[in-house]
Amino acid sequence: MNNSNHDPHDLEQFIFSEDTLAAANAEITKYPEGRQASAVMPLLDLAQRQCNGWLPRVAMDYVADFLDMPPIKVYEVATFYTMYNLAPIGKYHVQVCTNLPCWLRGSDDVTAACKKNLGIEFGQTSSNGDFTLSEVECLGACVNAPMIQINDDYYEDLDGITTASILTQLAIGDNPQTGSQVGRNSCEPTGGLTTLTEINIRGSGEE
Amino acid sequence: MPTITIDDVEIEVERGLTVLQACELLGKEIPRFCYHERLSVAGNCRMCLVEMDRSPKPIASCAMPVGEGMIIRTNTEMVKKAREGVMEFLLINHPLDCPICDQGGECDLQDQAMAYGFDKSRYLENKRAVKDKYLGPLVSTIMTRCIHCTRCIRFAQEIAGVPELGATGRGEHMEVGTYIEKALTSELSGNIVDLCPVGALTSKPYAFNARSWELEKTESIDVMDAIGSSIRVDTRGSEVMRILPRNNDNVNEEWISDKTRHACDGLKRQRLDRPYLRKNGTLTPVNWPEIISVVAQKLSNTNGEKMAAIAGNLSDCESMLALKDLMTGVGCNNLDCRQDNGAVGDVRASYIFNSTIAGIDHADAILIIGCNPRWEAPVLNARIRKRYLTGQLNIGLIGTKLDLTYKYQHLGDDPGSIDDLLAGSSEFSQILNKADRPMVILGSGAVARLDGAVILFKARQLAEKFEMISDDWNGFNLLQSAASRVGGLDLGFKPNNNSALDTLGILKAASSDKLDLIYLLGADEIDASKLGNAFVVYQGHHGDTGAHRADAILPGAAYTEKNATYVNTEGRIQRASMATLPLGDAKEDWSIIRAISGSMANPLPYDTIAQVRQRMIEINPVFSSIDEIVDIEWGIFGKDGTIDKETFEPAIKNFYMTDTISRASITMAECTATANGDVFAEVVSDD
Repeated sequence: MNNSNHDPHDLEQFIFSEDTLAAANAEITKYPEGRQASAVMPLLDLAQRQCNGWLPRVAMDYVADFLDMPPIKVYEVATFYTMYNLAPIGKYHVQVCTNLPCWLRGSDDVTAACKKNLGIEFGQTSSNGDFTLSEVECLGACVNAPMIQINDDYYEDLDGITTASILTQLAIGDNPQTGSQVGRNSCEPTGGLTTLTEINIRGSGEE
Repeated sequence: MPTITIDDVEIEVERGLTVLQACELLGKEIPRFCYHERLSVAGNCRMCLVEMDRSPKPIASCAMPVGEGMIIRTNTEMVKKAREGVMEFLLINHPLDCPICDQGGECDLQDQAMAYGFDKSRYLENKRAVKDKYLGPLVSTIMTRCIHCTRCIRFAQEIAGVPELGATGRGEHMEVGTYIEKALTSELSGNIVDLCPVGALTSKPYAFNARSWELEKTESIDVMDAIGSSIRVDTRGSEVMRILPRNNDNVNEEWISDKTRHACDGLKRQRLDRPYLRKNGTLTPVNWPEIISVVAQKLSNTNGEKMAAIAGNLSDCESMLALKDLMTGVGCNNLDCRQDNGAVGDVRASYIFNSTIAGIDHADAILIIGCNPRWEAPVLNARIRKRYLTGQLNIGLIGTKLDLTYKYQHLGDDPGSIDDLLAGSSEFSQILNKADRPMVILGSGAVARLDGAVILFKARQLAEKFEMISDDWNGFNLLQSAASRVGGLDLGFKPNNNSALDTLGILKAASSDKLDLIYLLGADEIDASKLGNAFVVYQGHHGDTGAHRADAILPGAAYTEKNATYVNTEGRIQRASMATLPLGDAKEDWSIIRAISGSMANPLPYDTIAQVRQRMIEINPVFSSIDEIVDIEWGIFGKDGTIDKETFEPAIKNFYMTDTISRASITMAECTATANGDVFAEVVSDD
């Protein structure tokens, strides 16, 4: 994780685009005067989005300068959170949760489908630069396990087949349906309601 | 004030203390790694766990403030098990490489594992390994040993003011380092080696040189700057192995600069270890009787007015006194201890740091004039930063704009800004007006200019105008950069009458061959090419510019090799102690001068160092108060006139090389190269 040497992919320079700059300034106004360093995490996220999903060192230095904080403090934040990518990644960042609930519900199949479909292992990027596959810790969607996150979207209630289908659709430029793949709206029981099945309006029944 | 009970003993303690500090007041030893009394509380090593009544879990005593009625236990089974558990976790990822670790023998982890640890390991899995980091030529890293106490990170950020260290990554992948490979840009970086409780950060120049138990420890005083930091000189046989700080809250707290710590390898190089006499144009080794008779004869046969003596920046008080007595005895008044021509000398208040270093802790406004305290006195600069961090200090600077590790208002580059302040027209004069304890810090470089006397005059006016002088506060400060200066001026080692020459006059007269004999007592920072045809006697310990020009060389002792008195910039009389014997045939400096006088008509009236010191007290009674600040009277000094609008030049051009010892030091040469951006040279030679 500590790539202290020069990264060959490192950009020469970085500067916020006009839109990003406006968003960054809006973030900073959320904090009291003199406490602008509190905005480091959203600003790093903005920088990462501008750099196609990863944070080159120049971008971290730029954010440090922008917030008037020592660069090392920004590096500390950027290296601590796994959501910041410190090396270039593919167009789609496929993050597979393999924690206990997902694993119990079949994340092994999801993982296998990803590896087979994309032809890469965890931590690798496909040769055309479209997909990067990562193994991540719990993403907080255990009720709809197993699940994967691709860029900003969650895909839930997966199995090997639906996973492969999502990846195939992405590869040809389609927009696969996000969220549950078994038709759930949220996290209600998959087999239909098991309780509160009839409406009992207060006062209409026998006292 | 809350009353708490620790191990069944009731104690009333100040509000705001932590449980750990309260335990220490009762003499209870609480093991700790991350806690350090001069750094902020981190609370991440968990070694200081103690039991608190009504708390189901042990508490981290370093981070828990005392509360009324708290009942703390430090010697229960729960505490013992907690400490054993923490220690076991810490040792999981610590390599057991004590036999090849430089910290062995003086390692907190080793000691505390012995005292509080479990007696065997239950860990069978793989240990993690961490790549070593490059932190510059002074600090060597073996990061696998790091236990993540973060003391070095907090020191760099809080004390040194160079937030360059951090902890990157998380969990098992957390690593302490700079992330981007670079040398620390602090003059205090060596202190992180002392702070490191394990062997992760060790001294690079001292690597694998000695074990702590082989060393003889001598408490002494540093002379690399005018602060006079308290140091401990560790020697093995006749060799100075390393220099460490001693705790002295009045002077250096527990920090020393990198020059103080690491210039000591210069004590082994370029040394003058025997007398030399120039015969037929070449310096030839001679014996003591010969050189003494030659020098004595020259001194006896030369007209006093055709002689002069200059004392250097490292000279001790005893030798300056002896030389002064010797020269005035033969009618020579052309004496000066101010190699830089500083326009100070008559009133003691004009040439010392009157507020005292500890006084900075009470100041609420500081005006720095023509001074770079970060280089001229790094430890004092850290003290200013410490006060600055409380938020109660306003700082203004007149002089070159520099990174001083704290924010200040830049008032101008040249002395003209002093006039603005005196006129009351600038914003900062309002701040000085309102301040209760304002200070002005005048750099030694500022008074060494040709208009130094005028600047001194204006600075005194500033001090008086803004009421910096009162019964319990004196805000006028001259920050000296040479260890000998205050002592020399206290002894009156300066032109004693109007016709006598100062350094500038001596060099001017010598370059037009008006002087026949010049006695240089460790004076190497003058332009030796201007000494003309005079017979030059050089007494000192290093073959530097003075010795190259000399006709007679008297080998003296370096500061670690003599019992000597130094006066720091505050006017504090301090005694350095002999840690090793002088090298080769070299002798203690005052005794060389006494020996010369023995071959002359009127021998100096002292035979022991005690008698020399008695004579010092006769000349100036301040020498009777060792390690104390003597109350002195305010006076009139400086000279009114017009100020030259030229910008202030820094008194020091290269922090790492300021005197004969640091110029001879390889470590200091490496630091200079690194500071100049020549990092690669050092990295390569290191492997």
